[in-house]
Amino acid sequence: MQTPKITADRIREYLSSGKRFDGRGLGEFRDIVIETPVSVKAEGSARVRIGKTEVIVGIKMDVSEPYPDSPNKGNLMVTGELLPLSSSRFESGPPKFPAIELGRLVDRGIRESGFIDFEKLCIEEGKKVWTVFVDVYSINDDGNILDAAAIGALVALKNAKIPRYDEESGKAVYGELTDVSIPVSEEVPIVTTVYKIGDSLVVDPTLEEQDVCETKVTIGGTAEGKIFSMQKGDSKELSIDEMAKVLELSKESKKEVLSKIEEYMK
Amino acid sequence: MAEFKRPDGRKVDQIREMSAEVGVVPNADGSAKFSFGKTVAIAAVYGPGKMHPQHSQNPEKGTLRCNYNMISFSVTDRIRPGPSRRSTEISKITEWALEPVLMIKKYPNMVIDVHIHILQADASTRCAGINAAALALAHAGIPMKEMVSSISIGKLDKQLVVDVDKDEEDWEEGEGATDIPITMTQSDKITHIQLDGKITDEELKQAIELAKKATKEVYEVQKKALKESVNLEGGNK
Repeated sequence: MQTPKITADRIREYLSSGKRFDGRGLGEFRDIVIETPVSVKAEGSARVRIGKTEVIVGIKMDVSEPYPDSPNKGNLMVTGELLPLSSSRFESGPPKFPAIELGRLVDRGIRESGFIDFEKLCIEEGKKVWTVFVDVYSINDDGNILDAAAIGALVALKNAKIPRYDEESGKAVYGELTDVSIPVSEEVPIVTTVYKIGDSLVVDPTLEEQDVCETKVTIGGTAEGKIFSMQKGDSKELSIDEMAKVLELSKESKKEVLSKIEEYMK
Repeated sequence: MAEFKRPDGRKVDQIREMSAEVGVVPNADGSAKFSFGKTVAIAAVYGPGKMHPQHSQNPEKGTLRCNYNMISFSVTDRIRPGPSRRSTEISKITEWALEPVLMIKKYPNMVIDVHIHILQADASTRCAGINAAALALAHAGIPMKEMVSSISIGKLDKQLVVDVDKDEEDWEEGEGATDIPITMTQSDKITHIQLDGKITDEELKQAIELAKKATKEVYEVQKKALKESVNLEGGNK
């Protein structure tokens, strides 16, 4: 069920006077709760709750051939699954656009930031490298699955351990994790999305708010203002002034998110 | 018999530590989590709702539609997301295990969707899934004649054991491992049984007796979880 028009109008009306239904400020996130692990069978995993929104993210690794254009680098593969379990809006079947968008935005947020040192995931140049699978599943959708997924990916990558590599067979030995972590940088890239509703800009919308949103900008970067990846979604236009505000709000929200997840990134 | 050692040191009729909780997915009409030791399943119920497409509607009774899936990182070797032959079969088996207790005739032309996901697998996943699904249906307030509870009985070489874990599933000594997942109602009716391995009819009868006793223990855990979810001032939490 979509948000009814009367609620949508009220959301816009509230926002125009700087208020939200749940009393948050426009640039304020809901509480973020993180649990690890979700599965002891995974190389790393995390459960992220932002308000009533919940996702789980798991890391699996496998030995595979490198891509011809990067013979000395490991690979990254991010998949997003919007489970029908998490909302009556999602249907089973092949992934539809929102699930693909989710996977790709999280993928680029991590890849472009250089968070993972892919060269250290090379086992034998041109022949064997590690592929890191990041799988995101939605458990309950109350808006902003995207930012939750990106946080989950960071925490799961940070706590992941690489499986043992058997040189004779050239394969990974599952169930035998080494104590070697995935090589990640100190600098934590954060993916947050700014949504435009009416003339207001907000972060971390609830599902009702997300329904009313006309455009959004997803930015991967650091709390200091470095930007590594960016994508505008949905068709409504943004003015240059608004874009500047988006960047400002994005930076502020990254600081907030970082302070909330910092203890899990040590 | 008494000296039989299970890999994790359990008694032959001892179930791993169970836990159950309802209401784990706020969006759903009913939801639950059930675990046997390291095996963790969650289930969510949506419905009854209108069946689409229309030609799938059954005017005689409602349709129960289950979907069993293992999360890609629930096992040591990553599972490719999406349905497999195994998950399709287990989905159907789960429908058959649950439908006998559901008063589904009340919902002609409607569908009840049950989504089951295995978050962490250490064997007996379908049993954990069925237990979670039964809880989620009850939590959704779908009228049920009684509860169903599921347990796997194993035969390791010649020894029958209750609640098989992964080490036991891969048992190779002697006659190897036989895996018998069984689902029973509170009135001891069998709504689901499968078997892979090698067993005599006498042993199978014993296995069913063990299941009868074990499902009672599972039921107590399910009942407790449901009771805890009910607010004493009335209504669900």
